[in-house]
Amino acid sequence: MSYVAVKGGARAIGAAHQLIADTLYPENNASDTPVDQLHQQLDQQLRLGIDRIMAEASLYDRDIAARALLQAQGDSIEAVFIVRAYRATLSRFLDAEPLKISDSQPQRHISAAFKDVPGGQQLGATYDYSHRLLGYFQHLPAPQSAAEPFIKSEDAAAETRHSGVMQLLEQEGFIETSTAAPTEENRDITQIPPGFPASRAQRLQTLARADEGFLLGMAYSTQRGYGQNHPFIAELRQGSVNVEITPPELGFTICIGQISMTECQMINQFHGDTPEQATFTRGYGLVFGHNERKAIAMALLDRALRARELGEKVQAPAQDEEFVLSHCDNVEATGFVEHLKLPHHVDFQSEIATLRALRAHPKNSPTEHSDGL
Amino acid sequence: MDYNFAYLDEQSKRAIRRSLLKAVAIPGHQIPFASREMPLPYGWGTGGIQLTAAIIGKDDVLKVIDQGADDTTNAVSIRQFFARVAGVASTTKTRLASIIQTRHRIPETALQGGQIMVYQVPMPEPLFKLEPRRTETRMLHALGDYSLMYLQLYDHITRYGRVAIGYDYPVMVHDRYLMSPSPIPAFDVPKMHMSPALQLFGAGREKRLYAVPPYTRVVPLAFADYPFAPVQAQAPCAICGSSSSYKDEIILDDRGTRQYVCSDTDYCEQHPC
Repeated sequence: MSYVAVKGGARAIGAAHQLIADTLYPENNASDTPVDQLHQQLDQQLRLGIDRIMAEASLYDRDIAARALLQAQGDSIEAVFIVRAYRATLSRFLDAEPLKISDSQPQRHISAAFKDVPGGQQLGATYDYSHRLLGYFQHLPAPQSAAEPFIKSEDAAAETRHSGVMQLLEQEGFIETSTAAPTEENRDITQIPPGFPASRAQRLQTLARADEGFLLGMAYSTQRGYGQNHPFIAELRQGSVNVEITPPELGFTICIGQISMTECQMINQFHGDTPEQATFTRGYGLVFGHNERKAIAMALLDRALRARELGEKVQAPAQDEEFVLSHCDNVEATGFVEHLKLPHHVDFQSEIATLRALRAHPKNSPTEHSDGL
Repeated sequence: MDYNFAYLDEQSKRAIRRSLLKAVAIPGHQIPFASREMPLPYGWGTGGIQLTAAIIGKDDVLKVIDQGADDTTNAVSIRQFFARVAGVASTTKTRLASIIQTRHRIPETALQGGQIMVYQVPMPEPLFKLEPRRTETRMLHALGDYSLMYLQLYDHITRYGRVAIGYDYPVMVHDRYLMSPSPIPAFDVPKMHMSPALQLFGAGREKRLYAVPPYTRVVPLAFADYPFAPVQAQAPCAICGSSSSYKDEIILDDRGTRQYVCSDTDYCEQHPC
């Protein structure tokens, strides 16, 4: 039988998709749960997985992310891809006002640099101090007092706004002052692609939607000597933030909803050639949803990528803007890596022909431009 | 689910103890060990936890501190872990403990013979900020070539007029190996010198451990004309009034008002006002 399977495309593709559909929606579905309910359940019980998809897809929509996760059978990069493709079809009507993160009611708020901070340390829901033993959360000791989900390190008057640790260090002149990026640098990288060198705003946008695993590995490398940071978490905050817009026809600001965000303000090694100039430097991370791992990794990488701006030698991969920004997007990366599965027989045929030609004409004989070159 | 005494199986504990013996025999030298995954994350103290698990017995009394305090979240978590898997007695009093596991501090109360300090270590290699490759640093240790570190100190002096290392201050152990004291403040480093206690250091993620046996010389790196000079807050403790202890700086309000209190909570409680 001749080997022409690649031509029988249509039927093969149809069958391949049916195999997935059979897994996703089996006929003898034991649970009988309607699909809509499954989406809801995913959103509630795989909350952090949904957050990750929304962050990497740059689209805050829990329901869409849950649908994508189910359709992708739990493959989060595939799910991100589906949501990104959907996002591309949405029209933009307005830019939101800058989020007032420090005004948010945090679900979680911690500082590693200080024992206590304005607003108090608040652990919130975290695995940080749990033991990774199977069934751990099913066998928790009964709480000593009545339900008290949020315990703060100080009795912070709940509604007041507190200054950030960074502002306090700024007042003392111990940290570089933060400056807002010029508006033209803030432009959406999904609308106007950035080049190199990129502005810090463009870099931060790219990192915010970058693959969590890639950021994690690169950030980790800075901690192990490949690009120094000396980081301390000044503030890590997670909670719901109001999204506000100012429609031109109204001329005033209205709140259109709330989104969950994680923000990391990092203090890094001091910089400057004299004792008077020496100040700590900043690293910043901001991610959709509850994802502290990524917010911290992003803040480490933001600082590492400021090497050139701060006059440091660019030696490690994590300090190399072009290297990091060009390879951190998982939809791009997975596409190119996995495209090796596509037929490449035409190119390969030309390589074989070339190798044959090389073998046929031993060294020193005149080169022949044969087929394939 | 039931676990073996102190979580790890006996074979694993024995393997760690063998590496520890080697470490004690070569003070300050990093010994590789087959670090296991523990049910707490890397960076939380898996190295220290494994060493404690390997040496702890039913009669031991355990003290766990983090940033000097017994009541910090991570210290509480590790103490609860050992209460659950080993059921040993624990204490907050430095004097009463036979094993003290610590992250980032050495207690203010002087240690005694027979006590064991277990330090949690993130980066065991003191040279990693200057040379990240393990293959290179092993050679430098073998040759006793620590010029990179001396150059770093010299660089600080030319820029800032002093050595600007606040924590994890490099030390020479027994006049032979350069060692990371773990990220304790430089203030604590002199307590390591000629200590009557056995000091063990565990780095779980980096899979290395090392030791300083009792009564061993531990000398911070410095120059004759720029002697070791650690910095600390000058203010006395707002609670106990101690002026000799290491302090936490606490921000009290939005105007940035600061308060200084002992980081060693046990010392603070016992120190007379």
